[in-house]
Amino acid sequence: MSEFRYIGKKRRAKEDPRFVSGRGRYVADVALPGMKHVALVASAHASARIAAIDAKAALAMPGVLAVVTGEEFCAGTDSLVTGVDAPKLTRFALARDVVRYAGEWVAAVVADTRALAEDAAERVEVDYEPLPHVIDAERAMQPGAPLVHPAHGSNVILHRKFVWGPVEEAFAKAGHRLAFRASWSRSATVPIETFGVAAQWNAGTEILDVWASIQMPKYPDQVAKALRLPGNAVRVHYDVDVGGSYGVKRGLKHTVLVGYLARKLGVPVRFIEDRLENMRGGDMQGPDRFFDMQVAFDADGTLRSWKIRAVDDVGAYAGRAPFQLGKPITAICGPYRIPAVEYDATSVLTNKTPQEAVRGFGQSPTNFAMERTLDRVAAYLKMDRIELRRKNLIRKEQFPYTIPSGSTYDSGDYHAVLDKALAAIDYPALVRARDEARKSGKLAGIGISTCLEPSGGNSAFEVLLNPKNETTTWMDSCLVRVDLAGSVTGVMNTSSSGQGHESLVSTVIGEVLERDPSTVRVVRADSLQALPSNSPVGSRMAIMLGGAAAGAARKIRETLVAIAAHNLECAPADLEYRGGDVALKGVPGRKLTWDQLVEIAHRKFHRMPPDVDPGLQATFVWEVPTGGALPDAQGRVQIYPCYSFEAHLVYVEIDPDTGKPRLGKYVCGHDCGVMINPDIVHGMTFGGIAHGIGAALYEKFSYTEDGQLAAGTFMDYLLPSAMEVPPLAIVDHCTPSPLTSFGQKGSGEAGYLGAPAAIASAVNDALAPLGASLDALPMSHLAIWNAIHNGKRA
Amino acid sequence: MSEKLHPVSVEVNGVRREAQVPARLSLVDFLRDELRLTGTHVGCEHGICGACSVMLDGEPVRSCLMYTVQADGHKVTTVEGLAKPDGTLSILQDSFCETHGLQCGYCTPGMLIAAQALLDANPHPSEEQIRDAIGGNLCRCTGYQQIVEAVKLAAERTK
Repeated sequence: MSEFRYIGKKRRAKEDPRFVSGRGRYVADVALPGMKHVALVASAHASARIAAIDAKAALAMPGVLAVVTGEEFCAGTDSLVTGVDAPKLTRFALARDVVRYAGEWVAAVVADTRALAEDAAERVEVDYEPLPHVIDAERAMQPGAPLVHPAHGSNVILHRKFVWGPVEEAFAKAGHRLAFRASWSRSATVPIETFGVAAQWNAGTEILDVWASIQMPKYPDQVAKALRLPGNAVRVHYDVDVGGSYGVKRGLKHTVLVGYLARKLGVPVRFIEDRLENMRGGDMQGPDRFFDMQVAFDADGTLRSWKIRAVDDVGAYAGRAPFQLGKPITAICGPYRIPAVEYDATSVLTNKTPQEAVRGFGQSPTNFAMERTLDRVAAYLKMDRIELRRKNLIRKEQFPYTIPSGSTYDSGDYHAVLDKALAAIDYPALVRARDEARKSGKLAGIGISTCLEPSGGNSAFEVLLNPKNETTTWMDSCLVRVDLAGSVTGVMNTSSSGQGHESLVSTVIGEVLERDPSTVRVVRADSLQALPSNSPVGSRMAIMLGGAAAGAARKIRETLVAIAAHNLECAPADLEYRGGDVALKGVPGRKLTWDQLVEIAHRKFHRMPPDVDPGLQATFVWEVPTGGALPDAQGRVQIYPCYSFEAHLVYVEIDPDTGKPRLGKYVCGHDCGVMINPDIVHGMTFGGIAHGIGAALYEKFSYTEDGQLAAGTFMDYLLPSAMEVPPLAIVDHCTPSPLTSFGQKGSGEAGYLGAPAAIASAVNDALAPLGASLDALPMSHLAIWNAIHNGKRA
Repeated sequence: MSEKLHPVSVEVNGVRREAQVPARLSLVDFLRDELRLTGTHVGCEHGICGACSVMLDGEPVRSCLMYTVQADGHKVTTVEGLAKPDGTLSILQDSFCETHGLQCGYCTPGMLIAAQALLDANPHPSEEQIRDAIGGNLCRCTGYQQIVEAVKLAAERTK
């Protein structure tokens, strides 16, 4: 790593001081003069016709400005976009005529304070005529099931089947076959800050200003479109700190509603979800999926092929969520050499809260199903789980490695990472500890998973799953400016939700310009001033924003060298750039300093080379390193350029009387190429593991038979605390990506992509002596207790 | 319907604040909306997540579960009151920066309050005691690892 001056070095995050001193600025801290507040009336039914809404009592209350219902709102705005090919599906912030899930917004109340708005919302009377509902994906696909959107004619909004390679032949020839179902329950990242948005319409400039807790590609464009405004009439302020997102803070319907209200009423309006609004009506629940897995393999453990049927319950409406069936295509054989794969993906509507993008965009559930398959194959063959993986992992010398679905994995050394993790946890000692624990009557297990994190991709899963939706461009940008005083500023074009982008941009610019990153300021343009960005999704910012910042900084550097060459009357190749000064090679005294060069650029046009713009700023806009080709006829496509790898090992003991698991040692071997800031990468990975612990053991948006959300608070939707998350250790390995500016890969989804699989593996290892197993997440205490008891009976 | 107001006098970060508040005004809304001390955050409003933690007479409490009138006559410390009078970060705050014990920063003020209350009572806690002390504060970013490291570091630096 010594080739870098700042990259990869211990460096405090630029953002941290403002957060530890309580000086962050979140959307709930945005207080506009005269601002009014919104509370919502939510559907009490999973499916019903709205017979009547009576808002008279609410409107008569002092301090209440307006009660807006779906009838007015849907007439005055356009539907949000549904990404898949289902043109009859419409989606508005407020329901019109019918409600399709419990918690769906029926009316919005605007009042002087949030408390008054809530009081008034309770006085809005809605008459419902309940209709049949369906909350199970398999039932929803059966003939005669209640249709969530009758106009669409079916509850299936996406069904694609892909066959890559000679799958049937492989199944016919393989020595053995297994089939089972793995299930991943509905959970989400559930940030501690709920979603919020404030908006202000200026009738003079005809601009809608928006402050939001947001992580959404194309957000200003979609808001403007739904509000029937030109794109340049919506100005999103990206300098709002976002209190966590990890995928879910999409907030389009919230913003269209608040924007509509602000414009209609001529006053600033703010809506901050309370926790219940967030959990049931915030449309942020994650994948809800089962996998029918079939695998073909030989007696020596060689994997020949697998068939994956994934059925996902997307809830009552769809935006980008169904595309979460698409990302896994880009790593459909995991880190393994599997020459033929079948993938059958279905997205189904039900009367549940709509699903939204969650960290990993469908990859973590798929990794869980694939790793469960590996463990089942190992158990069937009575083969060591690690040996089975070692046998099938792609070998170092095989990179770049193209998988059957068309993606080429850029680089990796999976065996080395796995070996490092095994050494770090002292695997033989861990096995002895487990076996000792078992001898003393405990249920103890070791979990393992080896998984991929595709990163930095374009969004071509959109066109892959909907040929009418030709999205292949997914750029990001940066502007670097050096002012007259010689200070360096990087301008980024999106908001952040904890990923440390200011640290990223300043470190990269500092690296290229050889200037101390702590002196590099990073600011955010608003959306009317911004260069193109697609927001921090898909583990892309180290690659894409880091690459854009590097590209812009390199232009500055080239300009400085060009100015020096012109003034020193030599060729640029004769010069060397050092710390901002430019000197003639071998003649250190013959140079122009940073300050002199900056002064020439800003003030001395007579000393500027021809064809170089005065001032000192540069922009860099780029598409993902592997470009944006359309899928071929077989659905083969390269979407993500970079593939990070993680190997998890975890120890668990289970209390047989309660089914309660206690996690012990946890090691994650991780290779995301060159780390720009190791503390930030490690932090996100630790957080991803904790999130994975939640998905594996605790978190579930349960619904009652009536279609009511039964986990609308933190009393029922259980987030892991410091007591459930054990001490975690990460072992780094670095295989640089050949495709990126410094060899970096993405890491924003790290940890989460392998933790649920590893924990499931550990629980199953603990249950194995009882002859019991579990294939569904979360493995709640009750589920484990039931498995123990069923196992004992068996 | 105008609400009846009640006089309160609360010492916040060493400054006495007098106000007339409705009985139902939560302490966190008072701190954030009336005093504009927006460092204290609202996460769940039902006492689980701990984002709204403040110290009441030195003990960490949930300011979302407390009414302002209940704080009458008491001393409240918020995250804004943790830094030294000259504005420099406290040892604990600086330790959070050193270990990167935060990401989005939303739970951070509550974490700092919980951890500071622990260190005030027990300057050299074990890891188990640290985890116990922050066990009522949820963080979705960090997995707690670098937060625990920050509190350990602060304890070391306090020696």
